[in-house]
Amino acid sequence: MKTLKLASVSALSIAAASLANTAQAEDLTLCWAAWDPANALVELSKEFEAQSGHTMSFEFIPWPNFADRMLNELNSGGKLCDLLIGDSQWIGGGAENGHYVKLNDFFDAEGISMSDFADATVYAYSTWPKGTENYYALPAMGDANGWFYRKDWFEREDIRAAFLEATGRELGEPKTQKEMLEIAQFFQGREIDGQTVYGASIFTERGSEGITMGVTSALYPWGFKYENTPGSYDMDGAVNSPEAVEALEFYKEFYETATPPGYTNSYMGESLDAFKSGQVAMAMNWFAFFPGLYADPNTGGDKIDFFVNPPQNVAGSTLGGQGISVVAYSDKQDAALEYIKWFADPEVQAKWWDLGGYSAHNAVLNDPGFKDSAPFAGDFLEAMGSVQDFWQEPAYAELLLAMQKRLHDYIVADQGTAQEALDKLVEDWTEVFEDEGKL
Amino acid sequence: MTDTPATRAASATPPRVARKIRGLSDRAIAWIFVGPTIFLLLAINIFPLIWTIRLSFTNFKANRNRPLEWVGTRNYERILTDSDIWLNMQATAHFLFWTIFFQVLIGFTLAYLINKKFKGNDLWTTIIVLPMMLSPAVVGNFWKFLYQPQIGLFNYIVGFFTGKDPSSFEMLGSVELAPWSIVIVDTWMWTPFVMLICLAGLRSIPDYIYEAAEVDRASKLRQFFTITIPMVLPFLMLAVLFRGIENFKMFDLVVQLTGGGPGSTTELTSINLKREAFEKWRTGYASAYAIILFVTVFGLASIYVKALNKVKER
Repeated sequence: MKTLKLASVSALSIAAASLANTAQAEDLTLCWAAWDPANALVELSKEFEAQSGHTMSFEFIPWPNFADRMLNELNSGGKLCDLLIGDSQWIGGGAENGHYVKLNDFFDAEGISMSDFADATVYAYSTWPKGTENYYALPAMGDANGWFYRKDWFEREDIRAAFLEATGRELGEPKTQKEMLEIAQFFQGREIDGQTVYGASIFTERGSEGITMGVTSALYPWGFKYENTPGSYDMDGAVNSPEAVEALEFYKEFYETATPPGYTNSYMGESLDAFKSGQVAMAMNWFAFFPGLYADPNTGGDKIDFFVNPPQNVAGSTLGGQGISVVAYSDKQDAALEYIKWFADPEVQAKWWDLGGYSAHNAVLNDPGFKDSAPFAGDFLEAMGSVQDFWQEPAYAELLLAMQKRLHDYIVADQGTAQEALDKLVEDWTEVFEDEGKL
Repeated sequence: MTDTPATRAASATPPRVARKIRGLSDRAIAWIFVGPTIFLLLAINIFPLIWTIRLSFTNFKANRNRPLEWVGTRNYERILTDSDIWLNMQATAHFLFWTIFFQVLIGFTLAYLINKKFKGNDLWTTIIVLPMMLSPAVVGNFWKFLYQPQIGLFNYIVGFFTGKDPSSFEMLGSVELAPWSIVIVDTWMWTPFVMLICLAGLRSIPDYIYEAAEVDRASKLRQFFTITIPMVLPFLMLAVLFRGIENFKMFDLVVQLTGGGPGSTTELTSINLKREAFEKWRTGYASAYAIILFVTVFGLASIYVKALNKVKER
């Protein structure tokens, strides 16, 4: 009888516990771009589901529509996303327009310290106003624009000899932007194994952010600055400086002399396709794609290697990557914060890196074995040491689209000069900041 | 009483309702019928238009939490003095003129040929109208492949006939060729529509008119210019009106093909307007832009409809 009572009490307790659990369990929706790391996050999040009892749904939007779709969702106060891994440039708008929950109190209460994450990522993905200790996101995915190349071609004796003869130096990973152009020009139109190949695929896309991300990868190494004095919005002389003009002319020359025919509107997908189809010797793209490229059975493994965006006057890489934020319109903020807490755990961050995500946690990055954990890990660390991001202002979309237009007009449509393009860009941006009341 | 649908409906109406209706004037009953339609029209057409006009005088941004400020006619001044917008207008005018020109020319020719009785006539009509049954997004995507310099069939065919290297020219990437590339695709897709309207016009011409002309010994050329063209003209003008309005707001096909590029070469006004309104979120500015476009289309269409009516009256 005693046993029966005990069993009954136990059964009731279990039932009560499971009922309580059911009452608290939420179905969280996480929104992000549709790309390789998103698949890794789905895998990683299974552990969270098992631990918390919450279930996870995912809304992954293709990159070309990601900003449009998500910003419309936020602007309309939509409840689709409880968690959003939004682009770094959205942080200003997310904070000022009340789309993102401010996380300072939560971080304090849960003992999550921003000093545990790489400084560059905290600055870029989490803070608004920039550099202040106001956090609206946890660094989720470190990223930068880097390069990869056909190592097997670079190692071939006939190609090396031809390169030496043509340039007077050994073929290898470029140490400067100009060396990179020289290598790309060398491969342009060359016959390799009976196929015509081209120098490199670079970003020239017009519609979203492509050409800006590509061109800034040349502008930053030339020492480009957005303002003469940070925070002053004083752009004349900085944005259109002689160095910026030279960098822009360089990118145009790269586009005209070292890219495959028809690459007038190419971004991440086109870059990957060009490389995987054996069309190009080199390609630029985000580090996020590198694990997938390395694993590719045709052009990965020992046929590929990676390098950080080469310096010219200074070291500089275009920042990618995102922070994870809790959407202010979500009805499930508590559960969403639970996810953030779980995600910030160093062990989870280590698994994140193992699965193909780019952790920004110092425990992962500073691990002695990190550099050797993947062929691109060392380059990633190096790139993150010199990253620079686009404006993160609430008016970032206006600023970005103005730059897209001016750059595409000059580089692809061949209209005007580099100086004129940058002068017009300063005018456009000045008008935006005047409308914003910041000038 | 005769059993008709009206009498059956009257007898089915409850007496209280019938009494109420009997007390209403014809005008009141008419209002009851048209009221819902007018309400819907006001709610989904007129009110948004008035609201847009109001917003066009402000600096409102739909994505920002800040108070609306009146800026007078500043948005209109900015738009009308912006050289980039005039370039978009020029691109739109180029697209509009040449698509209509080719569609009318080819559409009428095809209709004229199809109108002749020959074997397989119906099959050919079906084949010709296929492109207009496709979605513009699909058409845009597959023409993008056709125009691909390295693997595109279009470049290959041009290369085959001209001896040029197919990868030596870029239909979508060249400033000179891109405006023509979108004209070609739109013409390919919508010529069948113009052809069908012309065919309807040609088939509406009674045979006895031609027979009378034959009796008067009018040549085929004379018959064509004095009978066929004048009698098909109202149909042709209608086709031009439809295609003109459609192409003035062309968006999907061109976005798929060129995204407005290279540079802003094929950035038609509708693409530019969408960018201002829903990417830059300059709602007030975009409202002014939309009003300017609306007035332009409305004005041109009104003039055109008057001309069309005059042609019909002849």
